[in-house]
Amino acid sequence: MDDIYQQQILEHAKYPHNFGTLAEATVSHEEHNPLCGDRVRIDLLIEGEVITDVRFSGRGCAISQASASLLTDELKGMAVAQAKAFSKDDLLELIGLPLSKNPTRLRCALLSLKALKVGLYGTAQIHDDEDEF
Amino acid sequence: MATLTQFDVLAIRREFPILQQEVNGHRLAFLDSGASSQKPRVVIDCLEDYYRRYNANVHRGVYKLSEEATFAYERARGKVARLIGARSQREVIFVRNTTEAINLVAHSWGGTNLGPGDRILLTLMEHHANIVPWQMLAQRTGAELDYLGIDGEGRLILEELDQKLTEQTKLVAVTHQSNVLGTINPIAFLAKRAHAVGAKLLVDGAQSVPHMPVNVQELGCDFLAFSGHKMCAPTGIGVLWARRDLLEAMPPFLGGGSMIKLVELEQSTYADVPSRFEAGTPAIGEAIALGEACDFLSGIGMAAIQQYEHELLTYGLERLSQVDGLTIYGPHSAEDRGGAISFTLDGVHPHDIAAILDGEGVAVRAGHHCTQPLHRFFDIPATTRASFYIYNLAEEVDRLAHGLEKARRMFA
Repeated sequence: MDDIYQQQILEHAKYPHNFGTLAEATVSHEEHNPLCGDRVRIDLLIEGEVITDVRFSGRGCAISQASASLLTDELKGMAVAQAKAFSKDDLLELIGLPLSKNPTRLRCALLSLKALKVGLYGTAQIHDDEDEF
Repeated sequence: MATLTQFDVLAIRREFPILQQEVNGHRLAFLDSGASSQKPRVVIDCLEDYYRRYNANVHRGVYKLSEEATFAYERARGKVARLIGARSQREVIFVRNTTEAINLVAHSWGGTNLGPGDRILLTLMEHHANIVPWQMLAQRTGAELDYLGIDGEGRLILEELDQKLTEQTKLVAVTHQSNVLGTINPIAFLAKRAHAVGAKLLVDGAQSVPHMPVNVQELGCDFLAFSGHKMCAPTGIGVLWARRDLLEAMPPFLGGGSMIKLVELEQSTYADVPSRFEAGTPAIGEAIALGEACDFLSGIGMAAIQQYEHELLTYGLERLSQVDGLTIYGPHSAEDRGGAISFTLDGVHPHDIAAILDGEGVAVRAGHHCTQPLHRFFDIPATTRASFYIYNLAEEVDRLAHGLEKARRMFA
C-alpha cells in the first residue's frame, strides 16, 4: 500500500501546483466525493479555444490533491477540445499509480477530472461511474 | 503496554479464524469492529451446520428438516430475548439490520401515530440510519424534527430537553453509544423524560448491544434496534425489540407470506406478533447463528466484555494522546464512553492515514462514518476511527500509534 505514496505524489500533495481560484474564470466547477466529503473545484480561463490559465481548490487526501495538481499542470495551454477528450487513463498515466484494483482510491484520483469534465460540458451528465470518463 | 486483567484475550482470539492471517506482511490488527465485527468459529460452524444438515424453510413443512429449522429459528429468538432482558420472545422481530429495524418503526408505528404538528426529537450524533427514516416519515406525515445538541466533547446537552422535549414530541430516537464519539448516552434518564411528555423512546443499540450489558427493562426504552453483524453474527440479520403492547397495535411493515392469518381477494387478516413483521422467508441460518453469537458473548459475559474494552479504551486514549498533532473527537475520559476513538491528524487526510495503516496490517475506517451532521458540527469533512472489540490487544493500539507516527513523518 505504501507504494501509492511515491515521492511525486507526496510532493504534489504537500506543495500543490496551481492551487487557488481565478476571479475571471470562464468555467468554474466543484465536485464532491460523498464517501469522504472531499471536494475539488477547477477554475479555467479560456481564451479562443485554449485554456490559458487554470487553478484548483478544495480539500482532500494526498491522492485527490496530487491528481488535481498534476492535471492542472497538464491543462495549461491545452485546447478545449483536447481537454474534453482527456481520459481517465490519461490521468492515471500522469499520476503513475496502480489504482485499478482500488476503486475507493480511484474515486479520489478522478475527482479533479470529474470537476473538469462537468465544468467543460456545462452539465452534470457525467455520472459517478468511472467508466463514463 | 497496559496489562489487561481477568480476561483471556489470547484464548478468545484463537476462536476467530480470520485473525490468524497476515495482511501486507503483518499480523492483522482489526480495529474496525464498529463497522462490522469478526466471527468466531462457533458462529461460522453454526451457519454451515444449518446449510449442511437441516436447511429448510421455517413455519411451513411438517417434515423433520423444516421442524428442526423452525425450532432452531425460534430458539434463537429466545436467546436474543434473554440477552436483552425482553419479557417475551414475541417482542423480538428479526429484520436485516439496525437500519431496517428503524425503518420498520418509522413506517409502521410512525405512519399510524404521527401527524402534522407532531415532533420527533433526534440528536446531532445520530447515524444516518437514525436520521433519514425520520426525515422521510416527517415528509410523509407533516411531522417535524428537532435535534438535541452536543458539547465540544461530544456529550448531549441535556439542558436543551427543557425546550426541545414538549407535549408535541411523540418520539425520541437516540443512539445508545455514538459510533464515532464513543459517547454512551443516559438512556434511562432520557426514557423518563420522554415518557413524562407522553413520547416513546427508540434506542439505536447497534454500538451498545455488542459491547455491554443491555437490559431493555432497566433502560426503560420502547424500541431497541441492533444488528447481528456487529456482535459476532453474520450479516443480513438484525433485531427490532419493542414492547408487546406497542407491537400488538402496529400494522404490518411489509406484506407477503408468513405475516398473514387469512388472505382473501380484497383483504387479509394479519398474523400475530412477531410473524406479522416478518414477511417472506427470513434469514434463517443467519438468525440461528445470531442465537449462537448471543451464547458466545454471554459465555464470556457482557460485563466482562465491557470491562475489557474499557481498559483497552483507557489505554488507547492515553497512548493516542501522545501522538503529535492528533485530535480526538468525543469524551477525553473513558467514563461513559465505549471503545471507538475517532481522530484527525494534522497534515494527513483520513484516507491517507487509513491507507498507510493498512500497509502496517492495521485496519481502521476513514470517512464520515454515516454521520455527516456530526462531522459538520465539528467542522471537519472526515475522521479516522479505530474501534475495539473482545479480540483486540493493547499491542495493537501500539501498532496503531506507530502507524500514525509514520504517517506524520511521511507528510512532514
